[in-house]
Amino acid sequence: MSASDKEDQRGNIVDRFRRSVFRGPVRPRDDTDRKRIVLSHLVLHNRPVRLPEKNIRYTHTWGLGGSSMILFSLLAATGMLLIFVYEPSPDAAYASIVRLRDDVFFGKLVRNIHYWSANFLIVIMLLHMLRVYFTGAYHGARQFNWIIGLGLLLCVLASNFTGYLMPWDQLSYWAITIVTGMIGYVPLIGGRLQDVVRGGPEIGPSTLVDYYAAHTTLLPALIIVIMAFHFWRVRKADGVVIPRSPEDPPEEKPATVLTLPNLLFRELVAALVLIAFIMVIALIFDAPLGEPANPGMSPNPAKAPWYFLGFQELLLHFDPIFAVFVIPFAAAMGLILLPYIRYDKDTSGILMMSRVGRRMGREAAITAAVVTPVLIVADEYLLDFAGWLPGVPPFITNSLVPAALFAGVCFVFRARLIKRHAASNNELVQSAFVFFGAAFVILTLTGVFFRGPGMALVWPWHR
Amino acid sequence: MSDKIKNPKNKEDARDDALSRRSFMWKLWIVLGGVALAEYLLIALDFVRPHPSKKQGNEDDIFVAGPLDRFAPKTVTAFPAGRFYLARLEDGGFIALSRTCTHLGCTVPWNADEGRFVCPCHASAFTMTGDVLSPPAPRALDQYAVRIENGVVKVDVSKPIRRRSFESSQVTYI
Repeated sequence: MSASDKEDQRGNIVDRFRRSVFRGPVRPRDDTDRKRIVLSHLVLHNRPVRLPEKNIRYTHTWGLGGSSMILFSLLAATGMLLIFVYEPSPDAAYASIVRLRDDVFFGKLVRNIHYWSANFLIVIMLLHMLRVYFTGAYHGARQFNWIIGLGLLLCVLASNFTGYLMPWDQLSYWAITIVTGMIGYVPLIGGRLQDVVRGGPEIGPSTLVDYYAAHTTLLPALIIVIMAFHFWRVRKADGVVIPRSPEDPPEEKPATVLTLPNLLFRELVAALVLIAFIMVIALIFDAPLGEPANPGMSPNPAKAPWYFLGFQELLLHFDPIFAVFVIPFAAAMGLILLPYIRYDKDTSGILMMSRVGRRMGREAAITAAVVTPVLIVADEYLLDFAGWLPGVPPFITNSLVPAALFAGVCFVFRARLIKRHAASNNELVQSAFVFFGAAFVILTLTGVFFRGPGMALVWPWHR
Repeated sequence: MSDKIKNPKNKEDARDDALSRRSFMWKLWIVLGGVALAEYLLIALDFVRPHPSKKQGNEDDIFVAGPLDRFAPKTVTAFPAGRFYLARLEDGGFIALSRTCTHLGCTVPWNADEGRFVCPCHASAFTMTGDVLSPPAPRALDQYAVRIENGVVKVDVSKPIRRRSFESSQVTYI
């Protein structure tokens, strides 16, 4: 027998069983144990043994990526329970949700946790995207991970959308009608795309079955696989980007600390705080359940889910093909190509690239915050390109004309910005990102709070 | 001659042959793998595409609206069960209209006082014949074929007919 076999044979059955389950130390006695645990643990070994000391700081990443994963875990845990009660057919769906809420032990709480986790997940993911962007964590080895992250965002939005239909109440039915109605405007393939997304010529039993299948199987599987890939790429890029101030060069050999306990305990605390927060929200605020869906009566107003209201707001100002296809496509292309632009310098780790970048970013945000509401109100009451240019067909006056004007203004601005700030193209791209991001946030806020009956502009208290 | 029998090819040629044979086999496996993947995707796509249930041959969805004289000229009657409106125009002709707004799909109610359809979602308005009165609707309401048999008005609700705007040929007369 070898020495280790002799070791294994020691002790009573309990000792031997315990040692067969835990092959290494469970409670670390010293730093060697701590390293060994991180290396040999199934879940923990996705972390490095040591990490740069500067990355420990909570305010470097705000734990947003990890929080997204926690929220996804909550969604999976509550979702797996919900599947046992929910019935995916138009006749039974609403009643099964009522049953869940009233008859199932803590059914209402489980549903609430699911609902709030889903909504906060979108916000947290977008904040994570902003953090990654503003710390320049998309250069070099991290370029493709940005794309993987965009894929995750898409899957999560699709999950939210398919889940939105499940209750089959007035809110769900008409929100899905509106959004799939928008899809019909995509040129050439719009009609067929709409039929696929609706599961048929209209929203009915096949829609619900399709969405249920996607929401409970395809999308979670995709998310798990893509998430694993996303974490892997972070490891391969030597972890999170290391923060530095604009004057410092990137560090070759940063000072490191042990992952266990420094990082892991912080992560544990952040996770527990997040879960507690979701619990409190879920205990106080109920997930909505309106009247059962009535295909014969559209509510007034009929709004898309809040994360798509920015696009619905665009639809009120531009020609449909422009608002539904051209602008979103351009935005998607911009996001996808973002890491691959030929930047003048590698600004990984510097918050907003430089002092110039911070200044320009501030200006861009303020400009968007002023210009966007002004344009929205102007378009509602003043602007009428179709009326001023009677000879031109409406689909040009409502799309290319305002777009051309806007592009002209941007061009003038760009020249001014370069002169005033001596900005490199890094900072210019960042300003554009901030501007359009802020504008889209304003559009979404307008759609949520300032649109009332007939989608007219109203003060929020008149909604 | 004996040379050729002893060394049919020299060593370099034999190596080249082996390499190209190997690379060919690799490429063949990759191509076959690609074909298998494409097969899976094609099958998956057909699972996802809508499969409407097939109707029996001649049995279209014929909705019996009622006898002629039940419908006065210049009125619109709603049929929630059939999901359409039946409009009888001033000259006595019938036109059956879909209740789905052509903008984003909301259900349009008929406003008898104003004499027009007004959509609650984005305020598109349509005339009694389904023509667009006010945007954002891009085209007239879809219509359904109307048949009048033995004094009874019947509407074929299986096929909504798309049209840009109202034309007198779309009206059905007795």
